[in-house]
Amino acid sequence: MKLVIAIIQPHKLEDVKKELYQEEVNLLTVSEVLGHGRQKGVTEVYRGIKETGNLLRKIQLEIAVNDNFLERTLKAITKGARTGETGDGKIFVLDLGECVRIRTGETGPEAIG
Amino acid sequence: MINAGDTAFVLIASAMVLLMTPGLAFFYGGMVRRKNVLGVLMQCFIIMCVLGLQWVLFGYSLSFAPGNAFIGSLDWAGLRGVGLEPYADYAATIPHQAFMIFQAMFAVITPALIIGAFAERMKFSAFLVFTLLWAFFVYDPIAHMVWGTGGLFRNLGVLDFAGGTVVHINAGVAALVTALYLGKRKHFPQAVAPHNLPFTVLGAGLLWFGWFGFNAGSALAANGIAVNAFVVTNTAAAAAGLTWALIDWLHNGKPTMFGTVTGAVAGLVAITPAAGFVGVIPAVLIGVGVSIICFLMVTVVKMKFGYDDSLDAFGVHGIGGIFGALATGLFASKALNPAGADGLFNGNPKLFLIQLGAVLFTLVYSLIATFVILKIVDKLIGVRVNEKDEAIGLDLTQHKETAYTVLE
Repeated sequence: MKLVIAIIQPHKLEDVKKELYQEEVNLLTVSEVLGHGRQKGVTEVYRGIKETGNLLRKIQLEIAVNDNFLERTLKAITKGARTGETGDGKIFVLDLGECVRIRTGETGPEAIG
Repeated sequence: MINAGDTAFVLIASAMVLLMTPGLAFFYGGMVRRKNVLGVLMQCFIIMCVLGLQWVLFGYSLSFAPGNAFIGSLDWAGLRGVGLEPYADYAATIPHQAFMIFQAMFAVITPALIIGAFAERMKFSAFLVFTLLWAFFVYDPIAHMVWGTGGLFRNLGVLDFAGGTVVHINAGVAALVTALYLGKRKHFPQAVAPHNLPFTVLGAGLLWFGWFGFNAGSALAANGIAVNAFVVTNTAAAAAGLTWALIDWLHNGKPTMFGTVTGAVAGLVAITPAAGFVGVIPAVLIGVGVSIICFLMVTVVKMKFGYDDSLDAFGVHGIGGIFGALATGLFASKALNPAGADGLFNGNPKLFLIQLGAVLFTLVYSLIATFVILKIVDKLIGVRVNEKDEAIGLDLTQHKETAYTVLE
């Protein structure tokens, strides 16, 4: 079991979701996060003062998958989120120790999908 | 002779009508996604600036100065000759400039209504040019024809108490044209949730409040006609809001906040042309009727034809305006307002036909002129933002601002 954490551009969320659904990855958690990127992003201006914007808005996806689903999940996120410019984001893959489905009490790979 | 009471009333009514534009901004702003809310607020607010200038420099003259049947002259450009003495053809008891500034607020809110149709996808620069051209070539001529001395419809006896034809049909049809011309937003027809319905409710409240200035103020005097307009305005809004809530309840199982405020605004639109000419019972019927028709428009017809009138500017203002103008032809009563005329139900079928003619003319004129203006602006600068900017949102891409922070 793996936990996939992806940080992507907010405006690419819909595209990533579409790619994931096509790969039959239907379970995901989404949160809005701020990140410290290397790129400048879109600068904001408030009453003439430029906001340099070290912290940029990003979307974080968390997806728990069984090992045989990992590759297609990574492919879908990459395909949906890529614009080719700096700031497209990153994907982290972690080993997942355990998973419990609260409703039934199932554990392990059974409980993920 | 200047009457102090009338002058005070018209000035206050003018301020109330001005407040409707920021009210509309919140009404619409709440309905869009959070990445576009400033875009909508900015479009509404900048119209207060742009049209506020256009009106005193050229618009008032083109609309109200004596001219031909279709447009006024430029004799009053820059308010030359528009002074502090009354101009009896329009309002005999208030300074001419008081009438002018009251009318200015109508010229401001009318193009602002169209914003609802192209929300979330129009380039700000293109929007500015479009709005200015639209004011010159659509609003000013139609206002002249309906209200100006020598105007085509004024001479034919068309009744439009507070701007059902000039404001709502005119803007509503323009809204349909822009929605069709710009095309659908990327996700349409899948619905997206309004990002802040309390804003929409706040906006509807401000609109309802301001509408008393809009309709009662159109009497241009603190008299019985103004009181009648005030009462029927409130009545129609109440009937329409309640009706929409009940339709929601029957149709979707629960009455919705969004539906109730939409209904109330539709009621306000529909009573506008009739406010000075009908009594309370017709106002109830107009309110109930307009909610039923507009509900069908925005839930059934829009989906069937698949045009993305994003915030239902046509479905509510266009359709509500047409319904109100025709209802005026049915219910108008000379016993109530001797300056008006009798409608079909009071034994005068001619008025209904005149109203119908004015509606059709406005519809066709606004349709063609709006299309031509869009075409020109599209050729010059392009009307629609690119796909990436649409995805990022108009706040950041058009104004370099965001409405909400994530932290702090």
